[in-house]
Amino acid sequence: MDFFHVIVVLLESTIRVSVPLIFAALAGLFTERAGIFDIGLEGKMLGAAFAAGAVAAITQSVWLGLLAAILISIALSLVHGYASITQRGNQIVSGVAINFIVAGSTVILGEAWFRQGGRTPALAEGARFQTINFPFADAIREVPLIGPIYADLLSGHFILTYVAFAMVPLSWWILYRTRFGLRLRAVGENPGAVDTAGISVIWMRYRAVICCGILCGFAGAYLSLAMTAGFVKGMTAGKGYIALAALIFAKWRPFNIMLACLLFGFLDAFAIRLQGNPLPLIGQVPVQLMQALPYILTVILLAGFIGKAIPPKAGGVPYVKER
Amino acid sequence: MSNPYAKLPGWVEYGLVPLVNLAVAFLVAGLVVLLVGENPFEAAYHLINGAFGRGEYIGFTLYYATTFIFTGLAVAVAFHAGLFNIGGEGQAYVGGIGVALACLWLDQTMPWFVVFPLAIIGSAAFGAVWAFLPGWLQAKRGSHIVITTIMFNFIASSLMVYLLTKVLKPLGSMAPQTRTFAEGGQLPKLDWLLAIFGLDIGTAPFNISFLLALVAAFGVWLLIWRTKLGYEMRTMGHSPSAARYAGMSESRITVITMMISGALAGMMALNPIMGEQGRMQLDFVQGAGFVGIAVALMGRSHPAGIIPAAVLFGVLYQGGAEISFEMPSISRDMIVIIQGLVILFAGALENMFRPAITRLFSISSRRAAVVAQTKGA
Repeated sequence: MDFFHVIVVLLESTIRVSVPLIFAALAGLFTERAGIFDIGLEGKMLGAAFAAGAVAAITQSVWLGLLAAILISIALSLVHGYASITQRGNQIVSGVAINFIVAGSTVILGEAWFRQGGRTPALAEGARFQTINFPFADAIREVPLIGPIYADLLSGHFILTYVAFAMVPLSWWILYRTRFGLRLRAVGENPGAVDTAGISVIWMRYRAVICCGILCGFAGAYLSLAMTAGFVKGMTAGKGYIALAALIFAKWRPFNIMLACLLFGFLDAFAIRLQGNPLPLIGQVPVQLMQALPYILTVILLAGFIGKAIPPKAGGVPYVKER
Repeated sequence: MSNPYAKLPGWVEYGLVPLVNLAVAFLVAGLVVLLVGENPFEAAYHLINGAFGRGEYIGFTLYYATTFIFTGLAVAVAFHAGLFNIGGEGQAYVGGIGVALACLWLDQTMPWFVVFPLAIIGSAAFGAVWAFLPGWLQAKRGSHIVITTIMFNFIASSLMVYLLTKVLKPLGSMAPQTRTFAEGGQLPKLDWLLAIFGLDIGTAPFNISFLLALVAAFGVWLLIWRTKLGYEMRTMGHSPSAARYAGMSESRITVITMMISGALAGMMALNPIMGEQGRMQLDFVQGAGFVGIAVALMGRSHPAGIIPAAVLFGVLYQGGAEISFEMPSISRDMIVIIQGLVILFAGALENMFRPAITRLFSISSRRAAVVAQTKGA
């Protein structure tokens, strides 16, 4: 196998594993920019993946599955919103709680409804996303250099993959070029000023939380309807936390988020690819080190050794209108 | 931030409000049981019976409670200083190295009462080291402690997989665990303690680290409410600016608090490693670090509240096993749901019912005042 081919395969799997990270990290971007910490990304993604798998299995419709994923994820986001906006509870505590409730209930309900050890039934072709092949992909494949890039890297992904990458500029546009985005960011930096301007801080933050729910819904649906054919218990396996790490690593900026997710996805794909084979120059690298690298990098970044990550100023602080 | 809620009598604040929150959490859990198509009352019966029905069951309940006292105290100590240590899981996991090293070194030559103190020091030291870095990063570099401790949980998990598969595993063995310790590396059971109450411990691994947990709880009470450091911690927790104004060093308090918290989490490792399995296995912590969050929230960060809260979770863990045995559609994951609900209602939504309860008490106290007045006249 030649070197170029290996790179293409590696990049292709990088894209595949980065998609849920991009969705989830963008989801976190919306809430955190509005001043609400969200460590419940993992739980929302898992709940969405379960809803998608269960509904798609029952209705045999991939779109209903996606819809269910988004609805469940929004519902969970609203719980988080209610706790942290209306009740002014501790946002981190609320996020932790959601992660646990979802982790437990997806298993319990899955087992009660489908009796397959916490899985949902394997989805038939019509009930899951199919890869999309661009025109002439097979014809061009043989062309050196451009062929594999077009046929394997650009073509042949799920529709959600393209949606994910389209979400990056879209999120940027929403956050930086619309009135809604300006207000959303303002609510995360200085809610008092937004309130003075006569805009409801509470309602702004709720809308941010709903945006987060929609994006987490996509992330979960991608896991159970595209990446695999059905829900498997605990299938997010820490991806929500990696997305959180990517969000911070990207310093809360949309395009950086895409790059951070691709980097973390690449590390993941690379570790799988390597499987204990020695690296040139460096020698044997333990798989565990590769797996821990996203977290280690994030810690180093947070420590201010690679630039400085400055979170939104009002993050984690519930807004109390002056009495 | 100002407290928008009126002051309530102590027994309401520390008794009624948590109880109401807990009751709501269990009510919702009961709905989940209904949704699965089982009878919640039957589940509750199996829960209580499974946790207290026999001496052996009680032994298991208290064994789990021991673990949760340590992790609950760890979270609570950090809470007092306004820090959220979500990394108890990782600190306990790494603390296991200290226990395992002490046992592997001396278990064949020394009796348990020599190995035990060394293992305590080892577990506390390793746990403290794992919490030191997030604490130091928060204090000196301003990185958010919640995020760093989450990251450290994952790093710990990778590190431990590496150590257990490559370093600590005996030659020729396939399982990712240390060798089984000799007598010196195993803690004596507390069968005599249960025997006082006429109970037979059976096979339950209820061991001497329970007493250590009680000592630790007392130690935390002393620390928080009877020492200068504890006063500084509480000051910083209530108002960092007041602490700064009073000349307290924020970074020193942050680092020391995190190290104490990590040490307490690390000591949790004694219970499963030396008390039950007699070796260090992969994933021996099993989420106990996160249960600590629920325990600390429910116990309102006071040792006197943490111990009953830890016992409650011990009941859930042990009784939950019984439920899943009797009612197969309710697996042990039910505990995870209840844990999440307790964290939600006793933590994030702790003030949900407070306005109603406050109103109730202001009405009754006004009425009492009126009655007193008319009697006086």
